[in-house]
Amino acid sequence: MRFVFKTGYDQDIRFFKHTGYWQSYGFLFLTAVTAPLYLGNFEISELTQAISFAIAGLGLMLLVGFTGQVSLGHAAFFGIGAYAQAWLLASFDISFLVAMPIAAVFTGIIGFLLAIPLLRMTGIYLAIGTLALSIVLEQILKSWKSVTGGFDGMAVEPASLLGYQFNPDSWDFYYVALAILILVLALCANLLRSPTGRAMVAVRDSEVSARSMGVNIARTKITAFGISTAITGLGGALFAHKLQYLAPDGFNLIISITFLLMIVVGGLGSLQGAILGALVVILLPQAITIMKDYLPPSIGHQPGLEPGIFGLLLVAFILFEPMGIYGRWRKIKLFFDIFPVYRKATFRRQKAYLKTERMR
Amino acid sequence: MELIQVLVAGIAQGCVYGLIALGFVLIYKATEQVNFAQGDIMMLGMFAAFTLIAIAGLPWWLGALAGIAITGVFGFCLDAFVLRRIIGQPQFAVIILTIAVGFVFRSAAGGVWGADPVSFDTPYGGLVVTLDENETGRTVIDAADLTIILGTLVLVGALYAFFRFTRIGVAMQASSQNQLAAYYMGIPVKYVISLIWGISAAVSCIAGILLAPKIATFDPDVGFLAITAFAAAVIGGFGSLPGAVLGGLIIGITEQLAQAYLPGEYARSIAPISGFVILLAVLLIRPDGLFAQIQRKKV
Repeated sequence: MRFVFKTGYDQDIRFFKHTGYWQSYGFLFLTAVTAPLYLGNFEISELTQAISFAIAGLGLMLLVGFTGQVSLGHAAFFGIGAYAQAWLLASFDISFLVAMPIAAVFTGIIGFLLAIPLLRMTGIYLAIGTLALSIVLEQILKSWKSVTGGFDGMAVEPASLLGYQFNPDSWDFYYVALAILILVLALCANLLRSPTGRAMVAVRDSEVSARSMGVNIARTKITAFGISTAITGLGGALFAHKLQYLAPDGFNLIISITFLLMIVVGGLGSLQGAILGALVVILLPQAITIMKDYLPPSIGHQPGLEPGIFGLLLVAFILFEPMGIYGRWRKIKLFFDIFPVYRKATFRRQKAYLKTERMR
Repeated sequence: MELIQVLVAGIAQGCVYGLIALGFVLIYKATEQVNFAQGDIMMLGMFAAFTLIAIAGLPWWLGALAGIAITGVFGFCLDAFVLRRIIGQPQFAVIILTIAVGFVFRSAAGGVWGADPVSFDTPYGGLVVTLDENETGRTVIDAADLTIILGTLVLVGALYAFFRFTRIGVAMQASSQNQLAAYYMGIPVKYVISLIWGISAAVSCIAGILLAPKIATFDPDVGFLAITAFAAAVIGGFGSLPGAVLGGLIIGITEQLAQAYLPGEYARSIAPISGFVILLAVLLIRPDGLFAQIQRKKV
């Protein structure tokens, strides 16, 4: 059992609450930094992709996991970020590190403007509204030939800094991605302990009580949507360099759903969950490919096996562990933290059966 | 004359959207669950009919009826064994669960029936009604369109009568308004909800079977049609059965009109998304759809 004594006023909002956090996250950081030493180029390239998905997932997590607004259209903002990055690099003579924040802010402004009318809707209407929006935006990417190249797609200029050209499938670009991920993580964690972040969580838990505590609900939601889309756009800009060639089909509804599934598998309402989810989403296809060799050919070579297994995994998560991988990890941790007195009921969620109960 | 042809095609397309949307709305009204797997259930129903008619060689009407019955039972079991377990959890969990279930269905259908397009014969497939014939060409209406419109009318009438006049239909309305109160009144709410899932699955199977001759061939991805139907349900307000059909008609007719009358370049890019543009427009003006029931929580 661990006792943490309060010795300072800002102890509650520290990133690392006690030395255990320093040890475990320090170890994780070292593992990530030294990864190129013991992993091959292919694995590193997959990890880079996972990182760009994780950044997009962090953006969506702020919206879905912390503000409680479901979006089924984040792939469109991922796409806008990617195309903005490609367009900026093609049109202006600027470094990719300068273009990335511009692409992110641009995506964020679009998201912010769209959020003003969109966030009048709630719950399922919002989900469908964002879904419709993403389909329309995807169509715009396909049709606006002068900027996006239409169906032919658009090449992304390789990332280079001071004459050094990064190879998106190699260790050097992995470090760029890792640095951006850590930056975004710090930004999100910092946001969540600021008044804006607290207001977002309050809106998620109960709009009525948030309003009575003086939170401006509309403004909080719109800010959350703007920040969320900006971060997703940043992920898209990174992904553009990874892909090297953009096509509008790469940012369709399936990707939106993948993002949503990613944060659910990882664990809603935790930043760690977005990263765990991205790792699962990217590494699962590889695991399935490996597994295929051990399955009988009639099952192993069937088309569409991958989404099927993915779907089954999700069903299992929703039914048996709705709090995701990170939720399970927290349960295990708490079990050992308070060893002999763990109760299952600690994490039990309240169920709401009546319509009025569901309106919070 | 061309306008009539376009309109009839649009109404038929809209009826299909409307029928699938009816399936969404039935489930939503009864349980507040949003079923993202509706399109995939329709796809399974179409493949069930395909198996019975084209592979087992049953006559069309018998195969269609059996397919509808099988899909209905399937929907019942889906609720009884999977969805029921998460009643009471946030709506969000249901969205994710049904999306995942849809993935599984599509993958399973790909495994069983393959990814190649298939079709089955219908007694009226390929027949047309000639409206007007002259030297420049003739204006025709596809018999498949007419059966879709006719089938929708009959089905909507039957559903209305079912909910209005039968005991179990009234019980369904009661449990959709207040599950707890309905339970206290002795209504077997769990059974009723599963039954609604069954009816909803059967309705979407009917939509699929009516649709099959119109689109000639179909593959496991045919369920993506339901995304447009979703827009239809939301335009109608998601809690309203007539609204769902009306929303479907609005989308279907607009799509066909855009396809027929916009200049070539625009028709290709705008027609497929016209439904969603309308949806966004409607939601901007009325954030809860056209026929919404406004609910407020009393604190």
